[in-house]
Amino acid sequence: MRKGLLLNIAKSLLLARWRQTLVAAVGVTFSITMFITLLSFMSGLNDLLDGLILNRTPHVRIYNDIKPNADQPINKSATYSKAHNFIGSVKSDANRQAIYNSEAIMKSILNDPRVLGLSPKVTAQVFFNDGSVDITGSIFGINSTQESKLYHFDEYITTGNSADLTKINNSIILGKGLADKLLVQIGDAVQVTTSKGDLFQLKVVGTFQSGIKDFDNVQSYASINTVQKILSVPNDYITSIQVKLKDITQAPAVAKEYQKLYQADAEDIQTANSQFETGSSIRTLISYSVGITLLIVAGFGIYNILNMMIFEKMDSIAILKATGFSGTDVKNIFIYIAVTIGIFGGLMGLLFGFGLSAVIDQIPFNTASLPTIKTYPIVYNPRFYIIGIIFSFITTYFAGWFPARKASKIDPVVIIRGK
Amino acid sequence: MSKILEAKNINKFFHDPVDIQVLENVSFSINKGEFVSLTGKSGCGKSTLLYVLSTMDTDYDGTLLIDGVEMPKKNESFLAKIRNEKIGFVFQFHYLLNEFNVLENVMLPGLKLAKYSRDQVEYRAMEKLKILGIDHLALKKSNHVSGGEKQRVAIARALINDPHIIMGDEPTGNLDKKNSDLVFDIFNKLADEFKQTLLIVTHDPSFAERTHRIIKMEDGKIIS
Repeated sequence: MRKGLLLNIAKSLLLARWRQTLVAAVGVTFSITMFITLLSFMSGLNDLLDGLILNRTPHVRIYNDIKPNADQPINKSATYSKAHNFIGSVKSDANRQAIYNSEAIMKSILNDPRVLGLSPKVTAQVFFNDGSVDITGSIFGINSTQESKLYHFDEYITTGNSADLTKINNSIILGKGLADKLLVQIGDAVQVTTSKGDLFQLKVVGTFQSGIKDFDNVQSYASINTVQKILSVPNDYITSIQVKLKDITQAPAVAKEYQKLYQADAEDIQTANSQFETGSSIRTLISYSVGITLLIVAGFGIYNILNMMIFEKMDSIAILKATGFSGTDVKNIFIYIAVTIGIFGGLMGLLFGFGLSAVIDQIPFNTASLPTIKTYPIVYNPRFYIIGIIFSFITTYFAGWFPARKASKIDPVVIIRGK
Repeated sequence: MSKILEAKNINKFFHDPVDIQVLENVSFSINKGEFVSLTGKSGCGKSTLLYVLSTMDTDYDGTLLIDGVEMPKKNESFLAKIRNEKIGFVFQFHYLLNEFNVLENVMLPGLKLAKYSRDQVEYRAMEKLKILGIDHLALKKSNHVSGGEKQRVAIARALINDPHIIMGDEPTGNLDKKNSDLVFDIFNKLADEFKQTLLIVTHDPSFAERTHRIIKMEDGKIIS
């Protein structure tokens, strides 16, 4: 009853100055609209950029690196165990790039509950022969189903079908740049020469565009069997195992563990691509700060308008106090006014923000490097909307609190005697 | 006769710009049903005294009892409640809220008290307006009625919670002769017919003469 009365008075004061109220509400609406749009757009962009690298990068990659042996013979000598030694011209031992016992390792990794899946890979360095020109490139032997499932391989295939890699013997999917250089299309054959000098004929079943042009100029994909055949190695020859985890943040720990367990090198995604994570978090930070700045500016607008309203309504405040409304009642009336402006403006802002995001979502955005992206990326995340409305509530509450406190302190005697 | 209002040794100083004593040992009481006028020259402290008695001004020394209860000086919300329930105010200026119509203006203190339901308060407000002969204005916006009518609306608002006492600060000060007489007649009627206690500050001798009792002030002291 009492609260209803105060709300009713607040409503009347609001409607009596509806133009001012509207201006204040529009300020909040504008800032919330921009807040929502900015965050939706920025997150869309983040996801897009992350997707460029992170989605197709394994969380943990197990491989055998080319490096000098850490256990040099001198270290094993008991005589010099306490001495410093300096060895000149140490060479990397290039015994084999294949992972030892790869079958068993893959089986045991798949049993790890933290792992979402893995896909094995064989890399072969080759020359693509085109008449008198030899183009250096590499062929990745992959399991196309696993690769599509875990690393969105499908999304980068611009012509052809990734499944054909397994269906058609000796088939290859070329990078767009590579295909253009070789002047080949689907159905044509390309000739490759391995580093050992063997010649192979491969049938082109598709082209891909990864979004990173340097990749597209040198890379190509074939099935694991095909690449093993090219290299003339047995069926268990795997050069790297690409593991995708359920939780990306566990990658460094898992990589360390696997390195010890499987006696191979393991690299986690954070180490390999640390710059992307930094970029994402800074972009998010910027959008939040801009959004909050806008809201604070709107808060000052509300503060000003309420101050003016209190100045105008001095008489009304005085008589309300004279007839038995306490300071707290008067304060609540003005806080109700501020919060009403905030919630109304905020809700409109959510609506407009959603609308504006939807409009941006429709704007064409064609870039040669991202074939699957047709419009500007937008993320519709309910969290932004919840944060938006909470912020608008909090800012307007505080913007209203100071003028409201001033109103509650007005001495009715001063006003009434002044007349 | 029960004492509605009693003041004991009220002293008050203004400190700015220099210390001046505006009220000096003011002691008096008002009984139920009395129609009292408080008169004196301009600046004698009569309005100051009224605001002390109204509980709005708490910066004084001495004791104030309303309906036998001593008024605390610090408890703002308690005093607000007292004003709401036990005191009705009529000022020189009407102080109606322009955002509301006449009826709503009268209802506001009643709704604040929340002793009756909204419908009952509305009914009672109409009753008060009828007593004052302005029930036909009930649904008009309060800034669309004349000055004399506004003052009558203000009186109706003062009456809505059946206060123990109505306090007036020059309620006829802004009105012409005809409207002043009308307002006086209303006060008189309230005192005679409804046994309403009234304390009216006025500097108009003809108004004061017609009340039951005159309290005269000079230089912060009651002289008769």
